[in-house]
Amino acid sequence: MKDRVLLLLGTKKGAFILQSDTARHSWSLRGPFCECWPINHVIADAATGTIWGGGGNEWFGPAVWKSTDLGESWTHSSDGLAYASGETPIKSVWSLAPREGRLYAGVEPAGLFASDDAGHSWQQIAGLRAHPTRPKWQPGGAGLILHSIVAHPDDEKKLWVAISAAGVFYTEDGGQTWEPRNSGTRCDFLPESERYPEFGQCVHCLVMAPGRPDRLYQQNHCGMYRSEDGGRSWQSIEAGLPSSFGFPAVAHPRDPSTLYLLPLNGDIAGRYVPEGRAAVWRTRDGGTEWQALREGLPQQNAFFGVLRQAMAADRLEPAGIYAGTNTGTLYASADEGESWSCIAEHLPPIFSVETLLV
Amino acid sequence: MPVQVTLPTALMALFPDCERHPSVAAASVGEMVDALDARWPGMRDRLCDSTPRIRRHVNIFVGGERATLETPLAPGEAVLVMTAISGG
Repeated sequence: MKDRVLLLLGTKKGAFILQSDTARHSWSLRGPFCECWPINHVIADAATGTIWGGGGNEWFGPAVWKSTDLGESWTHSSDGLAYASGETPIKSVWSLAPREGRLYAGVEPAGLFASDDAGHSWQQIAGLRAHPTRPKWQPGGAGLILHSIVAHPDDEKKLWVAISAAGVFYTEDGGQTWEPRNSGTRCDFLPESERYPEFGQCVHCLVMAPGRPDRLYQQNHCGMYRSEDGGRSWQSIEAGLPSSFGFPAVAHPRDPSTLYLLPLNGDIAGRYVPEGRAAVWRTRDGGTEWQALREGLPQQNAFFGVLRQAMAADRLEPAGIYAGTNTGTLYASADEGESWSCIAEHLPPIFSVETLLV
Repeated sequence: MPVQVTLPTALMALFPDCERHPSVAAASVGEMVDALDARWPGMRDRLCDSTPRIRRHVNIFVGGERATLETPLAPGEAVLVMTAISGG
């Protein structure tokens, strides 16, 4: 019987873990872990409870940290987490994803690595960087980063990744070959005649609907989108939202038509919640209609944003939703977003939030 | 005669069993890094990137001068590994 919820936070100054019982009314905080390195993403394997944190330190480079005792002790490794000599070295680990014994890591500059020994050693999935479009990949504001890794639940050879600003890429042969899957997502930063290229989109976050592997959602620099065909084509779902710009997207743990976004006021408008009033926006019908969820969130003088990996859902009933701000505050809802409370503040800028039931 | 290395405390925190002042056999800074990595696996990745070169914000001093991986080391030479100014 799982009776505790852990929130795994990556921040600018280390990893943190919050813990509550399943009522989710009272939380305790531990950290900082990982020697206060900037940690972009902290995840856990629900089956084993192993926790990993990926990041990079200005002095000592990139690494993946690991804890097998729920954060009490940590080790780190970057064995094999490197490009060939002469190539631009890896600066940081950006995203982690476990899949049945294999652990994936997305890095900056964009590339994909895999570990089959629980994060001790790594091998590059070289087919992605061998893609003929790669010389034309352009960095986004955070660099040329591979930030989303979405594994097919039933076929280990199928995988989607998202790169800012190269777009979504898909493989169905375990990473040997890849194809761009960006049709229908636009690039407002290009001349009008060039706004729907094959690749080069600034995708911000890519998630899969539960139980429907062909349904994907993405928050893009230029709009919000849904795909019903595994990313071959995308339809805009931004009508009804306060802007077309934001970073995170969170799928409900059970309902494939429920999605949570946190739109910001605009890419060159300050990148904070519109009008200084915070809201998480939820759709229950795949993006046709949207509802602003504001109860308990600050409704004046709020000038924060929530970064691409800093919003998450737990798997309890009703689902808990969590949003960590780039100003170090963590908001939580134990009722699917209907009402919110602040459960931690004065933390470093929050880069990622994930959940683990133990 | 081995070279005498002084490591920064921030690096020691990443390798709990490592010594502050190890002695290793090396005729160059690159060989010194190899020897440190052999004793504490993974230490090369913390001191050098994949170019390969000494990381931008790590300084290795030999005779008071910033060294490269190619810098030769005399028997018994003192080598100081330091973290540079960085962060935010």
